[in-house]
Amino acid sequence: MIARLFGFHGGIKPDAHKNESAGSPIRPAPIPSRLVVPLRQSTRATSECLVVPGQKVLKGERIGAPEGVLGTAVHAPTSGTVLEVVEHHMPHPSGLDTLSVVIEPDGEERWIEHGPFDWKERSRDEALAHLRDCGIVGLGGATFPSHIKLGTGTGIEVLILNGAECEPWITCDDRLMRERAADILTGAQILRELIGAPRLVVGIEDNKPEAIAAMRTAAEAMGTGIEVVPIPALYPAGGEKQLIRVLTGIEIPYGRLGGEFGVQCFNVGTAHAVYRAMSFGEPLVSRVLTLTGNVDQPGNYEVLIGTPIEDLLPLAGPRRADTDRIIMGGPMMGFALPALDVPVVKATNCLISASQKLFPTPPPEQACIRCGACARACPAELQPFELYWHSRAKNFGKAQEYNLFDCIECGCCAYVCPSHIPLVDYFRFSKSEIWSREREKNAADQARERFEFRNWRQEREKEEKAAKLAAKAAETRAKLAEQPAAGEGAAAAAPAAEEDPKKALIAAALARAKAQKAASEPKNTDGLSAETQAEIAEIDRRRQALGLAEGAEPAPDAAPAAPAAPDDKPAASTRDA
Amino acid sequence: MIHSPYIRKPASVQQVMFTVLLALVPGIAAYVWQVGAGILVNLAIATTVALAAEALMLRLRKRPVMLSLGDLSAVVTAWLVVLCFPTIVPWWVTTLAVLVAIVGAKHLYGGLGQNPFNPAMVAYCTMIVAYPALMSQWPPAGQLDFATQLDLILGGARNLDAITGATALDALRTGLRVGEADVATLLQQKAFGALGGRGWEWVAGGYLVGGLFLLARGVITWHMPTAFIVALATIAGLFWLVHPEQFASPLFHLASGGAMLAAFFIVTDPISGATTPRGKLLFAAGVAIIAYLIRNFGAYPEGIAFAVLLMNMCVPLIDMKTQPRVFGHREEKP
Ligand code: SF4
Ligand code: SF4
Repeated sequence: MIARLFGFHGGIKPDAHKNESAGSPIRPAPIPSRLVVPLRQSTRATSECLVVPGQKVLKGERIGAPEGVLGTAVHAPTSGTVLEVVEHHMPHPSGLDTLSVVIEPDGEERWIEHGPFDWKERSRDEALAHLRDCGIVGLGGATFPSHIKLGTGTGIEVLILNGAECEPWITCDDRLMRERAADILTGAQILRELIGAPRLVVGIEDNKPEAIAAMRTAAEAMGTGIEVVPIPALYPAGGEKQLIRVLTGIEIPYGRLGGEFGVQCFNVGTAHAVYRAMSFGEPLVSRVLTLTGNVDQPGNYEVLIGTPIEDLLPLAGPRRADTDRIIMGGPMMGFALPALDVPVVKATNCLISASQKLFPTPPPEQACIRCGACARACPAELQPFELYWHSRAKNFGKAQEYNLFDCIECGCCAYVCPSHIPLVDYFRFSKSEIWSREREKNAADQARERFEFRNWRQEREKEEKAAKLAAKAAETRAKLAEQPAAGEGAAAAAPAAEEDPKKALIAAALARAKAQKAASEPKNTDGLSAETQAEIAEIDRRRQALGLAEGAEPAPDAAPAAPAAPDDKPAASTRDA
Repeated sequence: MIHSPYIRKPASVQQVMFTVLLALVPGIAAYVWQVGAGILVNLAIATTVALAAEALMLRLRKRPVMLSLGDLSAVVTAWLVVLCFPTIVPWWVTTLAVLVAIVGAKHLYGGLGQNPFNPAMVAYCTMIVAYPALMSQWPPAGQLDFATQLDLILGGARNLDAITGATALDALRTGLRVGEADVATLLQQKAFGALGGRGWEWVAGGYLVGGLFLLARGVITWHMPTAFIVALATIAGLFWLVHPEQFASPLFHLASGGAMLAAFFIVTDPISGATTPRGKLLFAAGVAIIAYLIRNFGAYPEGIAFAVLLMNMCVPLIDMKTQPRVFGHREEKP
């Protein structure tokens, strides 16, 4: 079946600059003297450290266990010794630190025991778990965990393989498709079966004829009706939503996933990693990336995850004097690295040496003339100049009304703007402002809840005290009433009876609380080491000295108070009581 | 630190404005050929005044003078002012008009990009209200030599009847008001050419050529010129079909007055006009219809300037109501 192509709105055609590196076959990068493997490979895929300094690890050995739903495993990229587990800069625009395992390679590349995973014999869940344990995430740059994307295994009509690679300069996917087409398609077939999609379509920008030819040949050899579709080279055709639109006509709105619309999209590099994971049991410990830009020998390299970027750069030749930044990713959506000791991560697809000649500082920002060029270029069909206007005025509500969050930060608008307005920066600023306000609001909400809860508790305590007093008074009255003549007893008994149910309730509550306390206390301190018990005793003593010991106050609220203020200092809430 | 995108299209406001100026050249050339070179004198005066006023205002507003002066937006405004005015207005009218446009309509509203009204049209309306007589003295095509034009521009004695004739629109209108004739008879007069005013059809043609150039260069989109021309032709056509002896043909309306200049250079002013695709259609069509109504039933022979200002006022509403659908949002808002 020949797929009909659809267009998407806007888009731009910057100089591709692919020729610099496209002709260079993938070569393995040398093993560096130190590997720094972040335990968090993206904002979502987190993992828990499994190794300690001094420990010997093998290539592919798990050093991080998947954490949470979106977590994936992290592995030692080669055999060696764990030197330390420290906070280290990530390749992130903000230079964020994250817990990383530093490994000194022994150069022997000794693998862990591994072998094919027979996914046909095993259940789907097991296969997904295997992908998670192999640390497979999207290699297009977003590093979304693949096992999550594979979803429920039903309801997907089309599986799209993204070989568009629309950003200028980047050629790693191009080379991968030229050199390992059959492997990629084998991986894609596995993904297709796991996702249960009848159709498999590979989208490749038509400025990569060799890749298209290689993938076509491989597809024919496999003979399973894989469609390899050349698409017009128009940035950002490789954006997931744009590619889906071009190939199927389906538009995925902001905040929704392709799965909800019967289509799912994987990068060719991811398919390749899936193939290695399934056919050889190899976890994802390396990736292909492009070294290019202001260098003598641009090229493509297979690089171990964790390789410091400064170790990699000399592969493209000595650093030229006018190189002023290193950009990770493409020039449209990438970012300048804050430091060069950051490691290669699963998202690192390209490193561009930048110079003023290649990427000049844009001329000073001028006034927006409302020419609409940005709106005509925007693939999200937004009105960037309106967003700019409201962002500039810090009118974030309005910016949201104009669908600020639909902006994919592709940079087309800023690219075309004749007034050289850094539009995307304004949008990033607005988004982060809105997020931080949201966070503040949530924090304020929590504080308010805590406050209200405390008020309610104090109120209740007051009531209880009053009730207790009333009960005591009633008791006294009853006692007094018993002594005089029996005739008056009937009159006195009436109010006492009225208070009785209340009293009973309070007594019951008190009893419950006591029981609860009795039940919970020993539990908490059960099976503690002598050390800890001593510590607790010490704390109790201090509290008693301050008159804060439990029992000094009626205890019933102690239990509910704790969960209400989990992150608050317990001392504060006790004092409040 | 500079963030992505790290590459930019080599485009600038200066380039956009320069393209507009370039696109005006065919119209100006036709003007010189058919009407006389006086227009060049006015263009020179207006350009100088505009640049001086712009520099002064930028200075007062503490903005980078050279950067903003170089964007050429003031020159575009100056040229449009001149092209809307009779060629032989005295120099001080041009000067005053340009000052009104640059100082009043542009900078008092916050400078480039902030003005809600089309500066050239503000200048035109101010002047036609202030100096109705001077503003309606149009030189008949090919009748005044350069020396006479220059003399008039520099403030020479004005023997009104001898030197000026009514424009085609004016002649038609006055003729019809007097009620002595119908359109067909009136069009026999020497003020009229094959399509519009004698000689002025060439000028209109020049603007059309320049406009197509702007379209080809992507400086303007098809929406505004198309909507303007279609709307003007439609409303003129309706009246003409019903009362051919009372109303001129659509072709006459398109070729007369400032219709072509308006279609490609005036309604398309991005700053004061609507910005959404549907908004642009509405805006330009609105201008055309109001202009036609003023031409035929209002107090002035040409109504485009007033129509533009009226539609300028509606822009915020139009833009708000015509926001295009965002990618992936299906028919949410009507
Ligand atoms: S491209 Fe730039 S100048 Fe033009 S409307 Fe957009 S923001 Fe304004
Ligand atoms: S960065 Fe955002 S607003 Fe600009 S073109 Fe891309 S999606 Fe549109």
